[in-house]
Amino acid sequence: MANGVLVFAEQRDGVFRGPAFEALTQGRRLAGQLGTDLSAAVLGSGIAGTVEVLKEYGVDAVFVADSEHLARYTTEGYADVFSKIVREKNPSIVLMPASSLGRDLAPRVAAHLETGLITECTALEISDGRLLGTRPVYAGKALIKTFVKTDPQMATLRPKVFSAETISESKETHVEQVDVTTGAERIRAKVIEFQSSGGDRPELTEADIIVSGGRGMGNADSFNVIEDLADALGAAVGASRSAVDAGWRPHPDQVGQTGKTVSPSLYIACGISGAIQHLAGMSSSKYIVAINKNPDAPIFKVATYGIVGDLFEVVPALTEEVKKLQAA
Amino acid sequence: MNIVVCMKQVPDTETRIKIGSDGRSIDPADVEWIVNPYDEYAVEEALQMKERTGAGEVVVVSVGNERATTAIRSCLAMGADRGILLKTEHPFGDTFSIAEALANLLKEMEFDVLLFGKQAVDDDNAQVAQLVAHMLDLPCVTVVTKLEIEGSTAKAHREVEGGTEIVETSLPSVFAAEKDLNQPRYASLKGIMTAKKKQIEEKETQLGHFKIEVIEMLKPPPRPEGRIVGEGREAVPELMQLLKNEANVI
Ligand SMILES: Cc1cc2nc3c(=O)[nH]c(=O)nc-3n(C[C@H](O)[C@H](O)[C@H](O)COP(=O)(O)OP(=O)(O)OC[C@H]3O[C@@H](n4cnc5c(N)ncnc54)[C@H](O)[C@@H]3O)c2cc1C
Ligand SMILES: Nc1ncnc2c1ncn2[C@@H]1O[C@H](COP(=O)(O)O)[C@@H](O)[C@H]1O
Repeated sequence: MANGVLVFAEQRDGVFRGPAFEALTQGRRLAGQLGTDLSAAVLGSGIAGTVEVLKEYGVDAVFVADSEHLARYTTEGYADVFSKIVREKNPSIVLMPASSLGRDLAPRVAAHLETGLITECTALEISDGRLLGTRPVYAGKALIKTFVKTDPQMATLRPKVFSAETISESKETHVEQVDVTTGAERIRAKVIEFQSSGGDRPELTEADIIVSGGRGMGNADSFNVIEDLADALGAAVGASRSAVDAGWRPHPDQVGQTGKTVSPSLYIACGISGAIQHLAGMSSSKYIVAINKNPDAPIFKVATYGIVGDLFEVVPALTEEVKKLQAA
Repeated sequence: MNIVVCMKQVPDTETRIKIGSDGRSIDPADVEWIVNPYDEYAVEEALQMKERTGAGEVVVVSVGNERATTAIRSCLAMGADRGILLKTEHPFGDTFSIAEALANLLKEMEFDVLLFGKQAVDDDNAQVAQLVAHMLDLPCVTVVTKLEIEGSTAKAHREVEGGTEIVETSLPSVFAAEKDLNQPRYASLKGIMTAKKKQIEEKETQLGHFKIEVIEMLKPPPRPEGRIVGEGREAVPELMQLLKNEANVI
């Protein structure tokens, strides 16, 4: 019988990503409720030394697939190896982060295993011994609660919605190398180059704070004021579709239904009206600040705190205050 | 170059969503239906590929009910050559059953490129492209923002955290379109006229092998009432105070 919770612990260049810790934390909670074990699978190359950190998340076992052809992520290579681990270990629940990698990989793994997958969950619970996932649909205008009818029950977790928590007591963790037999010749789609977008601001989907600008910015250069505030806060920079379509910001910065879905602790919307398609991408933020000169802008309906005024006056003043606070 | 585009008809993104009487799906009354926005990028890319190579055809395939023919017709008006409707009355097609229906049809078709949208903006699953690719044993590149094809090799740009991956693969292959891929054309009047004469083949389809079960659809809890802190720069110190002491976020 299928038993246990297995988490895909995503790493890149030997560093585990935040969403992996969030998934491990949820996995530990669910395993506790089911009275079963938590394990993690790590795929990569030369990663043996990196798995120590996973022990802090209370995993009972770590399965390590270390192979040169797993050095760079490929859908086919990772799907073959991870599916094989799942088949062998036979967990009843498999959790993966809904990162770029997880979003690409999880459906292919579900297809391998001929099982169901609930993507982008924002809540997970156990009901009658089965995993019940809650996820937004219709651009966040509704939520659905879903069971997977087959085993293993697979789900991906929307980044930043769940917290990452380590355990205080130490725990015995069993580390096992798994045999990677899948040949590289099975991999047809290969990454031949990675173009870094440069800059050292945090990743939009993983940022704690996001400062976004919209059509109210007026042109590309004015985004300086957004960047200044973002840098003072250590935040990421986002944009509305209007700002992206005008060519002021690159597409990876777009927040919304046809952009990124983000859930930071704080989202600061500057010169953004709050169209339903923009809200679709950011309304799960914990706190929202809106700065807009139109008091009737719909963004004020979702904003925790609003300032009515010219952003070119308000945003630099806010940047100054933040710097003052940090100097104090 | 033969290209197949999988397209889903979805509610307009502005549509107000009402929960249906079954408590598990939306009430379709008064909903305006459109071509899934990401699938428009897929159709546009297909048309450009065909225009570049000057040969082959673009076929649009959809799993849905009779109403989906209007969405197929919109794609034909953009310039696609013909459409196939896999007709089903099943209201909750889960991704696996939809992928299976598509894969069964596609097995019998010949194509070099199989295009999808990155996700359907109704259920936002972002699964069907990868599922179909696996069922047909094809490589698949998702979240594609640029696609170059030379002979039987394709180079696809894919947006990920911190940058762009450039993925090389051989045809036939599956690609799932992201917004930045191109600028979809509007149908011309001539396009709309000729689309009326293009063929849409309908095939009755039975969906099966459901893997998930939706037990409830509900409205999201409303966000707590916000407040206007004040006007202009004078309001900034008060906002700072709230962010620091009430929200504890800075
Ligand atoms: C299928 C589809 C998908 C879409 N996907 C997305 C998406 O993913 N993301 C997205 O954002 N949009 C999306 N949109 C577009 C969306 O409908 C809106 O058009 C867009 O969000 C508006 O952007 P905006 O708020 O920047 O611009 P506007 O609506 O023009 O608002 C600009 C705001 O700036 C304010 N302003 C102007 N000057 C100042 C100033 N000096 N100081 C302070 N405030 C000022 C104005 O009062 C106004 O409220 C989509 C639309 C469709 C149809
Ligand atoms: N019913 C359907 N008919 C045809 N194609 C579909 C259907 N559902 C999904 N797709 C395709 O799969 C992509 C991803 O959909 P989804 O996995 O539902 O988010 C869509 O953009 C379409 O290209």
